[in-house]
Amino acid sequence: MTHDQETVLLQGHIIDSLILAKVLDRIQMMGGTFDLQDVQIGKTREEPSRARIVVRASSATLLSEILHAIQPHGASVESERDCRLAAAPADGILPEEFYATTHLPTQVRVHDQWVEVEGIEMDLGILVDPARLTAKTVPMGEVKQGDQIVTGREGVRVIPLQRPRDRDVFSFMESQVSSERPHGRVIGDIAKRLAQLRTGFREGKVGSKVLLAGGPAIVHAGGRDALTWLIDEGFIHVLFCGNALPAHDMEVDLYGTSLGYGHVAGRVVPHGHEHHLRTINRIRAIGSIETAVRSGVIKTGIMAACVRQGVQVVMAGTIRDDGPLPGVITDSLEAQVAMRAAIPGIGLAMLVASTLHAVATGNLLPAAVPSVCVDVNPAVPTKLADRGSFQAVGLVMDAASFLRDLARELGARL
Amino acid sequence: MSRLLVCPPDYFGIEYEINPWMRRSNAVDSGQAIRQWHHLMQVLEQDVGAVLERMKPVPGLPDLVFTANAGVVVGGTAVPSHFRYPERQKEEAYFEDWFRGQGYKVVTLEPGRFFEGAGDLLGFPDTWFGGYRQRSDIRVFPTISQWFHREIIPLELVDNRFYHLDTCLCPLSGGELLYFPSAFDHYGQEVIAQRFALSSRLVVLEAEALRFACNAVCVGKHVVLPAGCPETESLLTSRGYLPHPVELDEFMKSGGSAKCLTLALD
Repeated sequence: MTHDQETVLLQGHIIDSLILAKVLDRIQMMGGTFDLQDVQIGKTREEPSRARIVVRASSATLLSEILHAIQPHGASVESERDCRLAAAPADGILPEEFYATTHLPTQVRVHDQWVEVEGIEMDLGILVDPARLTAKTVPMGEVKQGDQIVTGREGVRVIPLQRPRDRDVFSFMESQVSSERPHGRVIGDIAKRLAQLRTGFREGKVGSKVLLAGGPAIVHAGGRDALTWLIDEGFIHVLFCGNALPAHDMEVDLYGTSLGYGHVAGRVVPHGHEHHLRTINRIRAIGSIETAVRSGVIKTGIMAACVRQGVQVVMAGTIRDDGPLPGVITDSLEAQVAMRAAIPGIGLAMLVASTLHAVATGNLLPAAVPSVCVDVNPAVPTKLADRGSFQAVGLVMDAASFLRDLARELGARL
Repeated sequence: MSRLLVCPPDYFGIEYEINPWMRRSNAVDSGQAIRQWHHLMQVLEQDVGAVLERMKPVPGLPDLVFTANAGVVVGGTAVPSHFRYPERQKEEAYFEDWFRGQGYKVVTLEPGRFFEGAGDLLGFPDTWFGGYRQRSDIRVFPTISQWFHREIIPLELVDNRFYHLDTCLCPLSGGELLYFPSAFDHYGQEVIAQRFALSSRLVVLEAEALRFACNAVCVGKHVVLPAGCPETESLLTSRGYLPHPVELDEFMKSGGSAKCLTLALD
């Protein structure tokens, strides 16, 4: 996404002469927008006034046309300095006073030009290639000795999110999380987005992928069929999870239980607690989840649907994992890299019933990506809403109910 | 007493085209131009009572005759012009030398910021108007305003036939304004309407505006203006002014008239 903006200064007798009004009118007439950041009005007739105006446009060309049109009326582009760069002293170490990113779109000034920082994510450094005029975020652990890293705040600007054009639940600037909100309307809006994104995805439109990060509670609580349906219908394109979600999903297929509870009977099955271990062991013996599905060992459920639909799955392991299943990434930095690589192109993120994966995913996402966090524990959506993005919606509700309502909204008969 | 800087038209002619009035094919009748200029001087000195300071004309600088564009003078300080077109930039040094030679303190604007003197900056004792867009750069006005502690209201010139502010607006000594509204956009017209009561706005008809009726020299109750503007003369007379029409059509070939040929020094 590009955000073209420039700050201009206007000074002199700009109020009574209607020059300020003319400049602002011109910006709007040409299709730009502005923020009047600072206006100092002269106290006497002789004293000049001064205005600082941030001009925004949908493209660099339009911005340059607007600047060209307002320049004869005295609006001069505020001179800005280039960002300061320092070489990383060693591999994995950022220079002192490195600039730490936010999750908002960011630009850095290099050779008098604003350069868009690629791969926006919070809490990273910014690596600049002054020769190629490119800039991208870099995690501390991946920095290489000698990398040119932005330090200080000079020549760095963070662009506030524009209010989204769609008039749905994501467009309200409210990050409140409440268990007392009517869920139906919110789920209806999410369903509409999913339908639009699926069309976009099928047409190959960039930014149409839907990510779901989920925990095993989806399976325990009975949301497995709904999620399977959503995947089979092509609404989900990337899945982030740990070891447990796939283990219990496949346990249902092999034993009819999840964590030993009979899915149909609804009670503990004798020796049922062993089922997930036997499931993991079975898949390890086969070699991969994909082979297990393709060979017909695993026939139903979330993972089977993912394999059938070619959904990209990133499984990130944790300390107490059993097994783990083949494909689970046990090195947390490697898992971070794999998750980060799957983020570009995401148009909607659903973080369902997993504190761990919801928070990790939330921190990887740029603020511009609309996200929904669903959890029975209000602390999780609250924590995510506190990131300050007004495109984050929090729902305090059970994962199974959410997925079922969402699937029904999209036409499932569950 | 009013002192005016003038420059005899010995080398006046049309040697280039930098405004819509100038056409090289439309040659100046030099003898006629000289006669018209001397008549103007006679009216200014004898009828109006102005004191004239004469600059020495320079060969190759045909527009040096339009001294209104030398700069602006406030008390003992002069701000020389920075012309937009290279054709007239050669005049800058001569005007600046003249100011220095007369003992004026000369303050100069940032190089590259165009300012065409009293052609684009005129007004009343406490408020000036600054014409911009055609010739002068709006950014010079805050600087000049700070130097002289005066309010300068910029007015955009939107019709290139009225390329200097003094071709479409003339402040009168009694506080009225003689002007041609269509030379300004609606913002400029609104600003003028806010500042001047309807009775103080003397609107010039297009036909007379095109004869440069607004390019007039007002000294006290005397107003020297180009001949052929009877409606404007009646307007002036109705407000108690004494119009002095002078035939200046040789200078109109270059896009200038009475006011362009003088620079107020006091």
